[in-house]
Amino acid sequence: MNHYKYILRLADNGLINSQRLTEWTGHGPFLEEDLALTNIALDILGRSKLLLEYAAKIDNTGKTEDTLAYHRGERDFFNTKLVEQPNGDYAQTIIKQVMVDYFDLLHYTELQKSKDETLAGIAAKSVKEITYHYRHTSNWVLRFGLGTEESNQRAQTALDELWRFSGELFYTDETEQWAIEQGIAVNVNLFKDKWTKTITSLFAEANLKLPENTFMQSGGKNGLHTEHLGYILAEMQSLARAFPMQKW
Amino acid sequence: METINLESIFEAKLAKNEMIEPKDWMPDNYRKHLIRQISQHAHSEIVGMLPEGNWITRAPSLRSKIVLLAKVQDEGGHGLYLYTAAESLGTSRDEMLDALHTGKAKYSSIFNYPTLTWADVAAIGWLVDGAAIMNQVMLQRSSYGPYSRAMIRICKEESFHQRQGYEAMTTMAFGSAEQKQMAQDALNRFWFPTLMMFGPPDSESPNSDNAVKWKIKRETNDELRQRFVNQTMPQIEYLGLQIPTNSNIKWNEERQQYDFSEPNWAEFKNVIHGNGPCNKERLKARNEAHKNGEWVREAATAYAKHQNEKNIAA
Repeated sequence: MNHYKYILRLADNGLINSQRLTEWTGHGPFLEEDLALTNIALDILGRSKLLLEYAAKIDNTGKTEDTLAYHRGERDFFNTKLVEQPNGDYAQTIIKQVMVDYFDLLHYTELQKSKDETLAGIAAKSVKEITYHYRHTSNWVLRFGLGTEESNQRAQTALDELWRFSGELFYTDETEQWAIEQGIAVNVNLFKDKWTKTITSLFAEANLKLPENTFMQSGGKNGLHTEHLGYILAEMQSLARAFPMQKW
Repeated sequence: METINLESIFEAKLAKNEMIEPKDWMPDNYRKHLIRQISQHAHSEIVGMLPEGNWITRAPSLRSKIVLLAKVQDEGGHGLYLYTAAESLGTSRDEMLDALHTGKAKYSSIFNYPTLTWADVAAIGWLVDGAAIMNQVMLQRSSYGPYSRAMIRICKEESFHQRQGYEAMTTMAFGSAEQKQMAQDALNRFWFPTLMMFGPPDSESPNSDNAVKWKIKRETNDELRQRFVNQTMPQIEYLGLQIPTNSNIKWNEERQQYDFSEPNWAEFKNVIHGNGPCNKERLKARNEAHKNGEWVREAATAYAKHQNEKNIAA
């Protein structure tokens, strides 16, 4: 159960993250950026699909990656609250994504050493992609922070809004503790300082200030979400649920 | 005197099937025709991202979501090559986008039809990309080098999309009764708009004559339309679907081709003139994306400028 839930946490984070990113496809701020963000969404969705396939296999009750993606309800999704937040303007999307990308970069780099060979393999494939994602989003943080007064303000507003969801990335409980002890999972607290130091200095370089209120939201990793997730699933699952058991 | 020489060099190149390159002399009308055609084609790719993009967040399986997302991304990529090819003729991206956003420039009328069900996404891949390939295969031999080369690359990806669309259609046509019904409905609705993609009948096509003479285009609208019907009818039969409503497709033994009903050309004109079911929505979506992206583009420009100044100072 813990093994399965741990994989679902990884998978759901990617699935919901990419679902939000794809809302931009065809509507990006300019063509090249539209293509780049769609590419990032594709990488993350591809990784999530591999993880869900693996979760279904571990679960061994006849589920597939699609039953996991399309036939679970809000309380059974274990992504962090950060990734389900609305896209907002492009600054909000980028601020959210840069925090996710750098976390994923450190996380999947470590996960390559997992004793679970499937997870280690998925991680090895993902690290190259995430390295590029982080380069892309961290460049945008600098462009927004140091670009124009308007872009700086928008990035600041986004950071004020989203910082409170960053702490949950490092939330651990007995599920993760068990998987860490088995050598399956990564102990995210080992790189918490590194993440915090790098991300805060990126924001400082971009002339952005961390909010004074540093209370951190959590709950997503145990299925307690913000109200946004219900709408994401309602949209994402509508067709699959209208015609269950059919091939597409 | 010199103009005559340049013109005869140009004509001689065309006669020998040699490519015209950006730095070569070319008649003004040839240049204008190409800018119009290539930028329209680029706009079609970009606007074409919208009807299919409409289903990305609702794709019914992870595999189909990935396939669709990659396809829509490819279309954006095609738009990018084509804008670049048009720029080589002396126009700019801003000018072209401005023409699109103000409604001055045209794009393929097919994208002014809505995607109402998931089967529409499959029908677009199968029929619309199928029709597009028929036009584009010919454009790979277009006389203008950058256009021809862009089309070679685009055609490869389009054939892939067409196969994916047909595969998705096959899954539905051989699936449950509800899926088959959805597939039939999509075929019915997309049939005539697809036939319209080849343009008005030759007798009424204002731009066709020169395009063929200049070897930008190598077959007429009607020839291509006929080829498309000939190719598609056996596929409809294989899928076990009925011929589209009012299409009257019938084998003609004497002509050794299919007969078929012409689309409603009055509807075509209406859609071209902005009155299709989604013209307003498509233009609104493009305008909003561009407007919402303005501060993003400004920030990128300002940042690049600061960085340059810093580099110079250092």
